[in-house]
Amino acid sequence: MGSLKPATTAAHDAGFLATRADALINWGRKNSLWPMPLGLSCCGIELMAMIGPKFDIARFGAEAARFSPRQCDLLIVAGTLTWKMAHACRTIFDQMPDPKWVIAMGVCSSTGGMYDSYAVVQGVDMILPVDVYVPGCPPRPDAVIDAILKLQKKIERESPLKVLFQGRGELDEGGTREFDMPPNQAVATHRIGTFEPVAGEGGEERT
Amino acid sequence: MTAIDRITAAMAEGTFEVIEPRDGMPCVAVAADGLRALMECLRNDCGFETNTFVTAIDRSAGALAIEPCYEVTYQFLSHAHGDRIRVRVRVPLTDPKVPTITDLWPGTSFCERECYDMFGIVFEGHPDLRRLLMPEGYDHHPLRKDFPHRGIEPDRLYREWERGRAATR
Amino acid sequence: MTETQIFEYTSGTPPEDLDADDPLHGELMKLHVGPQHPATHGVLRLAITLDGETIRDCDPDVGYLHRGKEKTCESLGWRRFIVHTDRLDYVQPLMNNVAYALALEQLAGLEVPQRGQVIRVLIMELSRIMAHLIYLGTSAIDLGAVTMFFFTFTEREKIYDLLDSYTGHRMNNTYIRMGGVYADIDDEVGREMRAWLEAFPAKIDEFEKMLTGNRIFYDRNRGVGTLTREECLAWSLTGPILRACGVEWDLRKQAPYSGYETYDFEIPIGTTGDSFDRYLVRVEEMRQSVVICLQTLDRLERTKGGEFLAEDRRYVLPPRAKVHSSMEELIFQFKVVTDMRLPAGEAYFAIESSKGELGFFLASDGTSDPLRCHIRGPGLMNVQVIPLLAKGRLLSDLVAIIGSLDFVMGEVDR
Repeated sequence: MGSLKPATTAAHDAGFLATRADALINWGRKNSLWPMPLGLSCCGIELMAMIGPKFDIARFGAEAARFSPRQCDLLIVAGTLTWKMAHACRTIFDQMPDPKWVIAMGVCSSTGGMYDSYAVVQGVDMILPVDVYVPGCPPRPDAVIDAILKLQKKIERESPLKVLFQGRGELDEGGTREFDMPPNQAVATHRIGTFEPVAGEGGEERT
Repeated sequence: MTAIDRITAAMAEGTFEVIEPRDGMPCVAVAADGLRALMECLRNDCGFETNTFVTAIDRSAGALAIEPCYEVTYQFLSHAHGDRIRVRVRVPLTDPKVPTITDLWPGTSFCERECYDMFGIVFEGHPDLRRLLMPEGYDHHPLRKDFPHRGIEPDRLYREWERGRAATR
Repeated sequence: MTETQIFEYTSGTPPEDLDADDPLHGELMKLHVGPQHPATHGVLRLAITLDGETIRDCDPDVGYLHRGKEKTCESLGWRRFIVHTDRLDYVQPLMNNVAYALALEQLAGLEVPQRGQVIRVLIMELSRIMAHLIYLGTSAIDLGAVTMFFFTFTEREKIYDLLDSYTGHRMNNTYIRMGGVYADIDDEVGREMRAWLEAFPAKIDEFEKMLTGNRIFYDRNRGVGTLTREECLAWSLTGPILRACGVEWDLRKQAPYSGYETYDFEIPIGTTGDSFDRYLVRVEEMRQSVVICLQTLDRLERTKGGEFLAEDRRYVLPPRAKVHSSMEELIFQFKVVTDMRLPAGEAYFAIESSKGELGFFLASDGTSDPLRCHIRGPGLMNVQVIPLLAKGRLLSDLVAIIGSLDFVMGEVDR
């Protein structure tokens, strides 16, 4: 709410607020994240605990968990992603409307974790752009809440109006929408050996 | 009456061999062609109503590597007698085949599919012998000893799917 | 079994009759539920053929969480694999630890000291309660009772806090070691556990008040997913599903381990074998678990200061303090960590987990590399039986069936 300040005393008295549109939109977006809880394994239980009564994610405006990706803007990949499941995960991400963000919850979804095996994707960033990584096996719900707070800070820095007037393409080249680690070949090759480049380096999926 | 006694009473001499595993569970070794007869005996005469698991051991590596083979292991439980039995049958590495027992114990269906998926052992007569855990179209049988732990091109199917998706977009 | 027959048997009408005036009747439709669907409790995919609203065919597709654990065991070695067992049935991590440790101990011929066994029993019964709480919360949510989720998770959080103060982590604790447990339970944790255990039965009453007499919950579960004793045996079903059919089969009684034969508890059984009886069995099991837990706390007080970890240096790490002061212990530690060998042979050990018979079949060739580790989880059998129960029922019954079968995909897919 830092940027929502009355412009002048007169405007304040008249019940007006003056702010930048970006700040207002970002304020709305960051405080009403709708998570898509992709509970794949153990982390899914901690995700339920996070939504549950003790940790109560509603305090941060992100309790409206919807199991339909078309209603969500925050994908929480909670747990081990296998190659068999990978296309389902990617489809869910594609079905989510823009703007959308991704949290990789737990070491399995961050890097493959303890499963250095033939069936497991060595980090969801091989197939999705990830905004926040949460370590832990599984992370405590507090850690995921912290990730949501970090994501909120990140959303604050975005420029939605620029997207509206100039399109996504320019932004993706060097705008505010930075991926911490795009799904690039370097990452993938390092982890798993050789395979072809991923179609659409990072930002292309956004257009 | 122990499980071995019941089998000895019902089965012809010399069709099976009694072995002593480490955990003391009664264990019977049988040849692949004598498996059906033994299984029918276990189901109908010896009172083993429940199958616990069907799995295999790849004996082609390790310190005790005998003649390389897959050791298909069945384990059964009898509620009436309160005991268990393990049945072992060895099949060769190339073209491994054993008869199915899904008609006797329908609950073995998934176990046999898993065994086929993981080892490539064909259960002849299984009504629906598909892969269980790995996706359709996967090339390998992961639990074989010659398959590396990190896999061979684990992402192949996903990349194929992704290429198809990119082409339609 | 208490008060099973509260209402008349109402919803046993064959669904074909219910479906007869459905205008879509006769038109087959393929419907894929999952792999990402809240009602499938994880990443299960069901390929369903629908005729109107009636399920004509159902093909469960598992493997979306297959992480290759059995292969991992072969490359990790016996000792380090125990970390992976937590993630099998992740609603009751410590129970899986115990099952694996017991199988190892059987293969090695290792005895667990008395106090270690008592702590294990306490932990297993707490895990059972945790698993059943998840079952209650999620199956009720699927049937529309969202409040139950908050009720059960409030209690689960309290168990988490207890385990957190004892083991240092909320879940996936890896607290069991081959030969015993990692550390002793101190008095304060024991006191807190007792306080919680004494308060918990009142909470179970509350859950029952919400569900047992609830008309919606009753009607959607009674007569749905009915299994007979013979079907259960033929389809390898175990645990509460088997007991709901009236079969008194519990490995804690039939093949006792960890000293279960010395505890005083009862095995609840059902009468009809349907989803509602499974619910009643599980609720009663929670009460019995509390009874066992209270007995273990008494024994912990009696055996205070006793050994909780076996002293066999071939398999068990020496205490850290001794490693720093004694050359032999340092060598022992080095040997256990780098080259722990189990005797050649095969061993199977099964325990009664919250979902049924959880067994580990281990084959060793005498070296430090495991030859084979097969995990016999009850979940795979429970998934296998979905088509049997779902065929001919309405689609909405499928949710109740899946909920009452109570499988966890981590253990199904391994």
